[in-house]
Amino acid sequence: MDWGALYKVIGGVNKHSTSIGKVWITVIFIFRVMILVVAAQEVWGDEQEDFVCNTLQPGCKNVCYDHFFPVSHIRLWALQLIFVSTPALLVAMHVAYYQQETTRKFRRGEKKNEFKDLEDIKKQKVHIEGALWWTYTSSIFFRIIFEAAFMYVFYFLYSGYHLPWVLKCGIDPCPNLVDCFISRPTEKTVFTVFMISASVICMLLNVAELCYLLLKVCFRSSKRAQTQRNHPNHALKESKQNEMNELISDSGQNAITGFPS
Amino acid sequence: MSWMLLRDLLSGANKYSTGIGRIWLAIVFIFRLLVYIVAAEHVWKDEQREFECNIRQPGCENVCFDYFFPISQIRLWSLQLIMVSTPSLLVVLHVAYRESREKRHRKQLYVSLGTMDGGLWYTYLISLIVKTGFEIGFLVLFYKLYNGFSVPFLMKCDLKPCPNTVDCYISKPTEKTIFTFFLVITSCLCIMLNFTELSLLILRYFIKCCLQKHSKTFKSSVCECHSLGYTECGETRAPQLLQNHGPSFDTDIPPKGEAKLLCDTEED
Repeated sequence: MDWGALYKVIGGVNKHSTSIGKVWITVIFIFRVMILVVAAQEVWGDEQEDFVCNTLQPGCKNVCYDHFFPVSHIRLWALQLIFVSTPALLVAMHVAYYQQETTRKFRRGEKKNEFKDLEDIKKQKVHIEGALWWTYTSSIFFRIIFEAAFMYVFYFLYSGYHLPWVLKCGIDPCPNLVDCFISRPTEKTVFTVFMISASVICMLLNVAELCYLLLKVCFRSSKRAQTQRNHPNHALKESKQNEMNELISDSGQNAITGFPS
Repeated sequence: MSWMLLRDLLSGANKYSTGIGRIWLAIVFIFRLLVYIVAAEHVWKDEQREFECNIRQPGCENVCFDYFFPISQIRLWSLQLIMVSTPSLLVVLHVAYRESREKRHRKQLYVSLGTMDGGLWYTYLISLIVKTGFEIGFLVLFYKLYNGFSVPFLMKCDLKPCPNTVDCYISKPTEKTIFTFFLVITSCLCIMLNFTELSLLILRYFIKCCLQKHSKTFKSSVCECHSLGYTECGETRAPQLLQNHGPSFDTDIPPKGEAKLLCDTEED
């Protein structure tokens, strides 16, 4: 199991996401996971080896390193990426459950006019409405919470996002206040700022997606209410016709561009 | 040979699991295996090199490290992952055995290879019990070996050849403690899921058995149970396979109700 396997799982959700969701997945895997794996891990690779304190007292370096870096930046980022990606699994599970139910109905002969065969059920995009809307919205909500929580933990643990080149340490067994030098502080600061910026962008994308989903639902329900008010006799027929038209136009769009409305 | 092999083998087990079994698998893959590979492994990478004792006596550090860490936490973690994941393979093996039986007899012996009835139900149950046993066993072992789940920053050691009681400092104790607690929490979560799955499986079995007994009392003709080879519901003997029935029953296409006797069929 590695980042590639996680990408395959999350990538599967991509088909059923909104356009903003697809951008979010791209930002996460290219600007965060890939940067973490190919660059950041090299920068932090020798963090403890090259952490040097101006003393020969055994144990002083270990204790000072542990005090200033209770959890390494790299590990925190890895955990943040895992926690932020996993709410998408809720959507994946819901879609899998929906496809399973549709397959059962198809086998009983109920949805033969909607789908050609079992493969068609698996290939077709599932629309974000009804119960799936709630699952999708909750997953976005949890993503935002996790991102914010990890950014706060970072800020709290390291007193900001800047790494100094020298730290003063006087914890036992250090005999006095010793100078401890971090390896590559500027490079680490650059990557920290980069990862935090990518985090902020992802959070903004999630907020935008949440607003989009809420507006879409409000717009749909106000449209339905308006139709019912204007044509109370034909309201039911028209709403069904509208849904059919939407389904047809959405599937047509998907066939051409591959993006949802 | 790497963790990818285990992942591929377990993905095969996913097909024959219940819903809770699939959630368990997702938790193991993402919160245990992935966290182990991308984060935890690196924390313990330099544990012996950075283990420092306040003494220049050669051999003292080696002896003290070996005494305090008879087996590294990270190695215990990887052993736990392997032992906890492999009982799921029993189910895969059983399904493969069913497949080979059908090929040998050249006819359909089971409703579907993955239907959780008969022997496969017992295999699944045993795999759950063994998984839970391993989880609890490893947690207890962790606790006993390291006197709790937290890693101290300083340990006092007076084993030979150390000349007196020396202070020994462990590298990254806080980070190691955080990951150890992470391991314990995910382990407990998996134990809870296993217990829930176990209870649900047993409950479903008894409910269906009671329903059958109930329907038996209203039918004067031969009980539907017999189509699956039950002589008496509630017997400890495993339900027999379709092939063992008398010629008066149509075994080619059994009704779906009986086929899903013990567990919902997982169809992909």
